Amino acid sequence: MVGIPSRHRSIFLLGGVVLLQVLLLAVQIKRDSQGRLIRVWTVGAVSPFERAGAHGVSHIRDTWNHYFALQNTSRENEELKRENGALKLEITQLQSKAGEADRLAALLKFRQTNVDVPMISARVIGGSADSASQTIYLDRGERDGIRRNMGVITPDGVVGKVIESYKDTAQVLLLTDKDSGVGAMLVESRLQGPVGGTGEPLLIMKYIPNDDNVNSGERVVTSGMDRIFPRDLPVGTIAEIKPGIPFKQLRVKPAASLERLEEVFVLLTMKPLELKQEPPAPGSAAPSAAAPSAAATNPSQPEKP
Amino acid sequence: MNDTYDIRGSELHIEVHKFRAGAIILATAFALVLQAFLPIYFPKASILDLPLLIVIYFGLSRRNPSTGLLLGMVIGILQDSLSGPTVPLGLYGIAKTLIGYLASSIGARLDTEHPAARFALTIAFFAVHQGIIALTRRLLLSQPEPWFTMHLGVAALVNAVVAVFLFLLLDRLRKPS
Repeated sequence: MVGIPSRHRSIFLLGGVVLLQVLLLAVQIKRDSQGRLIRVWTVGAVSPFERAGAHGVSHIRDTWNHYFALQNTSRENEELKRENGALKLEITQLQSKAGEADRLAALLKFRQTNVDVPMISARVIGGSADSASQTIYLDRGERDGIRRNMGVITPDGVVGKVIESYKDTAQVLLLTDKDSGVGAMLVESRLQGPVGGTGEPLLIMKYIPNDDNVNSGERVVTSGMDRIFPRDLPVGTIAEIKPGIPFKQLRVKPAASLERLEEVFVLLTMKPLELKQEPPAPGSAAPSAAAPSAAATNPSQPEKP
Repeated sequence: MNDTYDIRGSELHIEVHKFRAGAIILATAFALVLQAFLPIYFPKASILDLPLLIVIYFGLSRRNPSTGLLLGMVIGILQDSLSGPTVPLGLYGIAKTLIGYLASSIGARLDTEHPAARFALTIAFFAVHQGIIALTRRLLLSQPEPWFTMHLGVAALVNAVVAVFLFLLLDRLRKPS
């Protein structure tokens, strides 16, 4: 056997080792599973060190994060609290704007439904200075055609009437005020009687005889007899029924949210009006805000006092 | 016992360094573990090829081509094993075998103790290593592999810089002459 010169031994070894690995590659290309054992051994040998290293790094990181990196935490906490407060305020503002948009959309829809009825939208800008009287102030007045005794409504129902009109402001007496009153009638029985305020959230309906049948939850609408509001505008629903002498004591829950008024309509006429009925919302069992009037009338320009 | 000796007769006096017991195994294991472990926490560390630096260092220091190529083969195959199924066994093995052989051969002819020499040699070996891998992929695995990218250029520089400091640390594992 011919011996390999020592200076060439490493070259032969190199060739052999490389050739072996090329064969190993070729085998792996042919069969994917080859070489798995070597991988299993290697990974098994290395993974304990990796696990220990991961544990050590995690420990160091925790130590760093919980002790040394806390220098700015207090400041960050304050900044986050400030940011949180600002975001809460922003959310409240956005919710308020969303609510306002909904209300304005309802008003617009109501206005478009009754486009022939002379009315003007107004924003509530203030309330009563004392708790005894239930009044609000609007941002529109004489300059906009608003006069005394004009009706004030929302798409939900009757609000009250104008008791004073100034140049750019008008004062409205709400239905809940003790001095307030509106000609009304029960929808089912068509019994008529005035509805007035008591200074409390619920209204009172007068002059309904004990003999007449009235159901709780029955709707009360305007009768048009007061010549302020058109007929069949929602006033409220019967909330309490008590027998009295000689008339029933009927308590009425106002249809309009009188405690949360922000935008209203002022009817710019005191002549009889016809308000069209809005199509009911899908799934809504509640009656429409503005019921149809039995009397066909011709809307006219705002009345001059 | 003298730990260094002359391998080319009296005309060349290049030392062959010996290392403390288990130094090569420990350094190799440490490099492999770090190579698999570091990128998890420091993704940019994947640019390093610590096993390659170990092969280069021990090749240049031991100056024995047989030892160098065998060390390169072992480290390369272990790196293949840890690289997952997308890297077949032998890909890094072949490349590091050749680098181990080249480093040992060059180390036997040049003084590679100076940091500048180590820096330049590491860049060269890194380029050759990538070239062998690209060649292997293209010829044996039919996988398109670029010969050179800017990323590889940056990686070569980074590895060379790291090599300068790493080799200084590894020098401490040598037995005193």
